[in-house]
Amino acid sequence: MLEGWQAGCSCELTMPPPSGIRRVGEGVFELPAIVRPGMRVPVRIFASEALLQAMDDAVFQQAANVATLDGIVGASMVMPDAHWGYGFPIGGVAAMDPRTGVISPGGIGFDINCGMRLVLTDLTLAEVEPRLHELVDALYRRVPAGVGSQGFLKLSEDEFTQVLEQGARWCVARGYGTAEDLARTEEGGCFAGADASAVSARAIERGHHQIGTLGSGNHYLEIQVARPEHVADPALARRLGLTRPNQVAVMFHCGSRGFGHQVATDYLQVFLHAMKAKYHLEIVDRELACAPFRSPEGQRYFAAMKCAANMSFANRQVILHRIREVFSQVFGRSAEDLGLRMVYDVSHNTAKLETHVVDGARRELLVHRKGATRAFGPGMAGVPAEYRETGQPVIIGGSMETGSYLLVGVPTGAAAFFSTAHGSGRTMSRTKAKRQFHGRELQRSMEARGIYVRTASYAGLAEEAGAAYKDIDAVAEATELAGLSRRVARLTPIGNVKG
Amino acid sequence: MPWEYIEDGVTSDVTFRAWGQDLDELFSAAAEATASAMVEDAATTVAALRTVPVRAEASGLDLLLLRFLEELIFEKDARGLILRAREVRVDGDDAQGWTLQATLVGEPIDPARHALAGDVKAVTLYGLRVERDGAVWRAQVTLDV
Repeated sequence: MLEGWQAGCSCELTMPPPSGIRRVGEGVFELPAIVRPGMRVPVRIFASEALLQAMDDAVFQQAANVATLDGIVGASMVMPDAHWGYGFPIGGVAAMDPRTGVISPGGIGFDINCGMRLVLTDLTLAEVEPRLHELVDALYRRVPAGVGSQGFLKLSEDEFTQVLEQGARWCVARGYGTAEDLARTEEGGCFAGADASAVSARAIERGHHQIGTLGSGNHYLEIQVARPEHVADPALARRLGLTRPNQVAVMFHCGSRGFGHQVATDYLQVFLHAMKAKYHLEIVDRELACAPFRSPEGQRYFAAMKCAANMSFANRQVILHRIREVFSQVFGRSAEDLGLRMVYDVSHNTAKLETHVVDGARRELLVHRKGATRAFGPGMAGVPAEYRETGQPVIIGGSMETGSYLLVGVPTGAAAFFSTAHGSGRTMSRTKAKRQFHGRELQRSMEARGIYVRTASYAGLAEEAGAAYKDIDAVAEATELAGLSRRVARLTPIGNVKG
Repeated sequence: MPWEYIEDGVTSDVTFRAWGQDLDELFSAAAEATASAMVEDAATTVAALRTVPVRAEASGLDLLLLRFLEELIFEKDARGLILRAREVRVDGDDAQGWTLQATLVGEPIDPARHALAGDVKAVTLYGLRVERDGAVWRAQVTLDV
C-alpha cells in the first residue's frame, strides 16, 4: 500500500465500460490487475465520477497495458484530465523500480519536458487593457510560433551542446534571465547527468535553431488575469505573489521542439530492436517500446532525454527573456519595474529518479509522467525555499477560451507519487474539432468576449476550441477531491498567441 | 491522392488512412496526408522548387512507411521545407526486408503563401498498419501533433 493512499469504500459503480471498476476512495477508482493478462499492478484513476464517466475507453485499455510493464510499482495511474494517447494515455503516471524496471519513451512523450511557465506582473487589468493589442501583436512578432519557425539565437553545434548539458543555466549565464528564474524552475532549470554524446547528429540538426520558439498544436503564450472572484485561497495566493485584484500574469506552454521529438524518435527505434533481440521483453503495444533502465540503452536514453529536457528549459527561458523585452518596450518601463517575475516552471512530460515511500519504506523510483505534473507537497526536498511551506506550485493549462489554474502540491499527493493533472484534457479529436469550428469565426467570437488572439494557423486555432476540451474547473476540482493538489487561483485569458 | 483523416482517431493527435493500387501509390498518399497535416492543401499550394532524395530500409512495411514519413517531418524542422512525394519505389519482402527510394519535392515554408496547420512532432507506432486488402494496399498512421 502506498503511503497517503486513502483506503475507503469499495462499492461497485453501475456504469458502462469498463466493467470491474471500483470506487476505492474520495475521487479515486481502481481497475483490478485482472482486466487483461499480464498486469502486474492495478490501474488507479484519480477523477470525479463525472470525469470518469466521460473518459475515453482507450484510457483504461492503455493504462492496463502500462500495468504490464516490467518493474512497475504500486499502480498504473491516471490523472483526472486523462485522454487517449499513443502507448501511455496522456495523463498517465508509472513508477518503475530502477533495478528491475524499464524506461519507456512512450511514457514520457515525443515532446520531452513539454511544460508550463507562469510569470506574474505588478500590472492590473485596467493598466494592460488599453495596450492589449499592442502587447499581443508584439509578442506574436517576437516569439516565433507555427510550423517551420526558427528562434533568434543562432547557435553553433558546440554552443547547442552546451545548452543540452546546462539547460536554462546557459541562458542565464548569457544574460537571458536571472538567478531567481533558475531557482523557480523545476530542477533549477537543468537536469543533472545530461550527456550530449547520447544524442544523434540528426537530432541536433533538427532542433538547434529552434530555441525561443513556441511550436504549434496546444502550445501557446497567454496574457491572463487573476480576478478576485477566482482566487480560491487568498492566503496561498499572496504567498505565491498574487497580491492585487485583477493582477495580470503571463503563462506559456511549450517543449523541446524538433530536437526532443527526434531524441524520442531515435530511441524508440533503438528500443524496438534491443527489446526483442537483446532483452526478450514482451510488450502489448509497440508504442510502449522500452529497455531495462539499468541497461546501456536505457541509460543512454535517460542521458539523451535529459538533454531534451534541458533544451526545453532553455527554450522557455529565452521566451521569458523575449516577454520581458516586449513588456518593457510596450510599457516604457524596465521588466524589473513592471514586476515581471516567475512563479514557477514545471514539466509534464518526463521520467525522473525520485524517492517515494512505498509500503512504509523509502524507495528510489523512476517516475514516468506523460501529461502529468509533478506536485511535491510542503517541506519536500526539491521545492524552492520560498515554497517549502506552501508546497510546489503546479500550473495546469486550460483551453484558450476558458482559463488555467495555479495550484500547489499537498501531502496526500503521495498516493500518486506526487503527481497531478497537466491540462484540461481533450474530449474531441483535432480532426473533428477542425470540422466543427472555424478558426476566423472563433477568433472574432473570442475577441467579442474580451480575448484577443493572434495565431500562426487558423486550422490550429479551430482545433484548440474550448469545446474540444474537458471542463478545466472540473479537472482542477477533481485533483483537489482526490488529494493530488490544491487550487490557489483560476487565471482567465485576455490575450493569446497560438502556434 | 487517396487518403482521409479519421475523426474518431487518437484525441490529441492526427490519425489518417491512406490507400493505393500498389505500395508506391500508398506511400505517396501517406506522404501527402502527412504534408497536409503541416500545411493545409499541400497538394495544391506547394511548389516543386527543391528536390530531396530519400532512401530507407526496414524489416517490415509498416516501419518502412514510418521512416519515410519521418523524413518529411525532419526536413520541416531541419530546413524549414514542406515536401511532397514525387517518385516512390518500394521493393522487397518480409523475409529479405524492404527498401524505399523516393524523391521528395517542395519548397521553404512561407506563412504568406502556405496555410500553416500543425507542427507535426513524430510518426507514432500506435496502431500503425500497412496491409493488403484484396487488390488495394491500405495504411493507418497516427501523427503526434
